[in-house]
Amino acid sequence: MATIEDYVARVEGTCGAEKDVIVFFKYEKKDEAIANILKKAQIKNKIAGIIFELAFKDTSFRLYTSGKAIFRSIKNKQELNNLLKDLLL
Amino acid sequence: MDIQAIRQDFPILKRQINNYPLIYFDNAATTQKPKQVIDAISDFYEQHNGNAHRAVHTLSLEATDLYEKSREKIAKFINAKEPAELVFVRGTTEAINLVAYSWGLNNLEKEDEVLVSLMEHHSNIVPWEITSKIKGFKIKYAKVNSDGTLDYNDFESKITSKTKIACLSHVSNVTGVINDVQRLTKVAHDHGALMLVDGAQSVPHMEVDVQEIDTDFLAFSGHKMLGPTGIGGLYGKRELLEKMPPFQGGGEMIKEVVFTQSQGCDIQWNELPWKFEAGTPNMEGAVGLAEAVKYLAALGMEQVLCHEKELTNYAVGRLRECSKVTMYGPTDLSKKCGIISFSIKDLSSHDTALICDNYGIMIRSGYHCAQPLHQYVLKLQSSDRASFYIYNTKEEVDRLVEVLKEI
Repeated sequence: MATIEDYVARVEGTCGAEKDVIVFFKYEKKDEAIANILKKAQIKNKIAGIIFELAFKDTSFRLYTSGKAIFRSIKNKQELNNLLKDLLL
Repeated sequence: MDIQAIRQDFPILKRQINNYPLIYFDNAATTQKPKQVIDAISDFYEQHNGNAHRAVHTLSLEATDLYEKSREKIAKFINAKEPAELVFVRGTTEAINLVAYSWGLNNLEKEDEVLVSLMEHHSNIVPWEITSKIKGFKIKYAKVNSDGTLDYNDFESKITSKTKIACLSHVSNVTGVINDVQRLTKVAHDHGALMLVDGAQSVPHMEVDVQEIDTDFLAFSGHKMLGPTGIGGLYGKRELLEKMPPFQGGGEMIKEVVFTQSQGCDIQWNELPWKFEAGTPNMEGAVGLAEAVKYLAALGMEQVLCHEKELTNYAVGRLRECSKVTMYGPTDLSKKCGIISFSIKDLSSHDTALICDNYGIMIRSGYHCAQPLHQYVLKLQSSDRASFYIYNTKEEVDRLVEVLKEI
């Protein structure tokens, strides 16, 4: 059975006042991760052909075709894990 | 300078990122390494690796010779009076910590003051804040103008008879502003204070002469000047270093450790600079940094600065064409060198950096380890930063501008 760890290489908090969280998908799984997310999240906007502005449940986030996603206003690790589980699996 | 010839020396510049040619604009964070530096490090490990200052065998002697000759070359690069005034450290951060702990804890008392500026990198703020909690001295912060330039009047007025040391970046890692550290060193000395210059963003990019500036301490990092990570320098005037106790204890930094049953250990410190270099040193790092210094010296530091200024002027002009771009820093470009901080309307700095990354362009996003400057002075949540070095070209700047215009 697939897990979040199958898709996610690393999670980092960004530097700056925004306190965003960046999720880096594994290179070999990034296309699959992007496809899974795009199936479930609502596309609000597409910027410069490489960024998807997405909404899922009460969270908005940005997904990059290079295999990264920025989540805003994430309260804790558990909340992020739950989101990723719902989006990826 | 023949930039195309220089580029041939940097293997990493042949890489593609996300199917685009790599454009590396994060040189204020760390620089790429020329083949000469990589080869020097490989040669050390392939031919000369032994523990410096430790044994009588051939490899130890060769390693010692290479390590100490590296010190000579690097000391000459900053025009120190003698190699003993150059202590090898991990980088600028460790250099400033060394001064804060070794000099600060032994010379600063409750009624004393340390002066820093609001444009400092965290590495020139946090060590002083930590030691001030231990000793109770006061830290004063000199103001920075809204264009990122130092408020000289404020800095000078805050140096008083209570000030024991003034600490200032030679070049801001956010705006690229060049501070007149020679002028401020004189003011500090006139008041009986010492001066510490953070040279992390100046030593790699311009001629820095410690005797001309007359600074008491200068800190710099090897990896920001073509050298390897984990090696840097602390310059200190001999008379100051002589009086300072060791920062760390261990092998190398002692002359002898005599144990007696009645007295315990009696320890005598080693001579300069080894008193401050506890443990097996970063020999290959020193060798690599010396090779980097040789590379830069061959180009000429005036030429290096000239190239970066030309590129900065060009980039600022081109970025002004982008309606969504706001740049931070002085409009008088003669006051700054090759660092441009900016933001894009309606995008977070990380969004912009990730878009650039998608096109193979590496820029920095965030606070750049200078949160007080961002939040208190520039009123920013974060910013993007493009920083240039000897291998960057106008064509690369054009590519950045193209990408930013597409957003």
